[in-house]
Amino acid sequence: MKNDSAGDNAPVVMGIETSCDETGVGIVRGHELLADAVASSVDEHARFGGVVPEVASRAHLEAMVPTVQRALDDAGLTLGDLDGIAVTAGPGLAGALMVGVGAAKAYSIATGVPLYGVNHLSAHIAVDTLENGPIPEPAIGLLVSGGHSSIMMVEDLAGKVTQLGASIDDAAGEAFDKVARLLGLPFPGGPYIDRAAKEGDRAFVQFPRGLTAAKDMERHRYDFSFSGLKTAVARWIEARRAEGEDVPVNDVAAAFQEAVCDVLTRKAILAAKEHGVETVLLGGGVAANSRLRALATERAEAAGLTLRYPRPKLCTDNGAMVAALGSHLVAAGVAPSRIDFPANSSMDVEVVSLANRL
Amino acid sequence: MRVLALDTSTSAVQAALVDLDDDELFLTAFRREVNARGHVERLAPFIEGCLADAGRTRADVDAVVSGVGPGPFTGLRVGMVTAAAFADGAGIPVYGVCSLDGIGGNTRGRALAATDARRKEIYWAVYDDGRREGEPQVCRPSELPETRADYAIGEGASKYAGELPMDAETEPVYPDLVKLVELAAPRLLAGAPSERLTPLYLRRPDAQPAAAPPAASA
Repeated sequence: MKNDSAGDNAPVVMGIETSCDETGVGIVRGHELLADAVASSVDEHARFGGVVPEVASRAHLEAMVPTVQRALDDAGLTLGDLDGIAVTAGPGLAGALMVGVGAAKAYSIATGVPLYGVNHLSAHIAVDTLENGPIPEPAIGLLVSGGHSSIMMVEDLAGKVTQLGASIDDAAGEAFDKVARLLGLPFPGGPYIDRAAKEGDRAFVQFPRGLTAAKDMERHRYDFSFSGLKTAVARWIEARRAEGEDVPVNDVAAAFQEAVCDVLTRKAILAAKEHGVETVLLGGGVAANSRLRALATERAEAAGLTLRYPRPKLCTDNGAMVAALGSHLVAAGVAPSRIDFPANSSMDVEVVSLANRL
Repeated sequence: MRVLALDTSTSAVQAALVDLDDDELFLTAFRREVNARGHVERLAPFIEGCLADAGRTRADVDAVVSGVGPGPFTGLRVGMVTAAAFADGAGIPVYGVCSLDGIGGNTRGRALAATDARRKEIYWAVYDDGRREGEPQVCRPSELPETRADYAIGEGASKYAGELPMDAETEPVYPDLVKLVELAAPRLLAGAPSERLTPLYLRRPDAQPAAAPPAASA
């Protein structure tokens, strides 16, 4: 019954996500989204210029039960209607993860509903089922967020997901935040850079494309590096100021964004072609970026590949993605997790769910 | 009524089932493990273990009582979110009690109840015949104000015995879950409205606001 999780008999699953600064609780029935409640502490982090783990954890504790209640209300369901509870077990901020994992375990014990500890990254892939239906396997997933930049090979969303490459330093979303700061744009940087870039010239300056030189393509074929790019932008701005000239924010934003999107899409398409895979999925907060979507669409078309991505609200962290993966696991007959599983801040990208093991 | 009591404000992960009838308290099941990093792994199995030991099911629990600290944040939150979510999931009320009261509430004479706040500090409060005076505080053991306490008790007392101005119990004592239920008994018996649990953090998050970014023109 793999991938056959549409329809009235599809598993109803609640997903809980607390790996970073969003307290997300989503409810799905198979591929149908029933509720997507998110409480964000992003405004509390803005003045610190980045996510403060303790601030995020405190906000999760306050928001946890009310967000579950809101999701159930939105879906018109009670806990007794659930076939499963899924929760992000990692990777993410340890203290933040523990709030969601603690809550999910307690809800499971109090209701008898089976519990699934799942991988945040696989959930970012699974969320696409809510928008575009079952994922053809194999598929290449390009996962880009504030914490991750990975190219994943999805052979079986219920159990076989491997990583072909990842950032060797900063995540793409981190680079957006840092460059936004250099340009005097607010946190989180992604949406502001995207907006500014629309008014700018992408070819204004050619910023470096990390790990694309011939020798890097041997050793780091599907890997990314964004730390050098961030430094290059900083140097360029410094030099410009030293000459007493204004920094054209829109143009720098556009040129920086182009460098990121160029490398991300180039390598993801390459991975699909070289592995004989016909479908490429975008996921993670940076997948909400308009230029990434446009460039990926253009290049996938040129390569004869199918590109899929969910609406922006489902790209950023939310509980619906965790629920989507949970529902897929239930439908695939994957065993629930043991009640003593830990929250794992550095959870292996290839572990889709903590089925019956630690 | 049957009460599930939890406390994770110290390095002890604790769960218990306590029967409360009128003013009689009876401990029917109890699990504890001293494991400062094991809260999220251990607590849920302990709840299941307590229910099994007592021959009960989740449907037999009438209310939840949770220690609300003060205590090291991450572990404390695990217990509190567990209490709140279990209560919400079971459709029963939850009540919070200051965790230090689970130590100091059992003392006689003037006592300092102290737990380990890490960073070389203790969470503490002074008790007079088991009644707390004022709000819990956090400070270094050597910086305690004059408390007129005759002795100190708790994990913070045993760990910092040498730095405290009064005698200290050498064995660590953890919050007593039966005591927490006793302190919540008036609310439990009156069927008071369920509470939104608020942790006693006593410290702000460690974070400095970012320096203003350099100005740039559009």
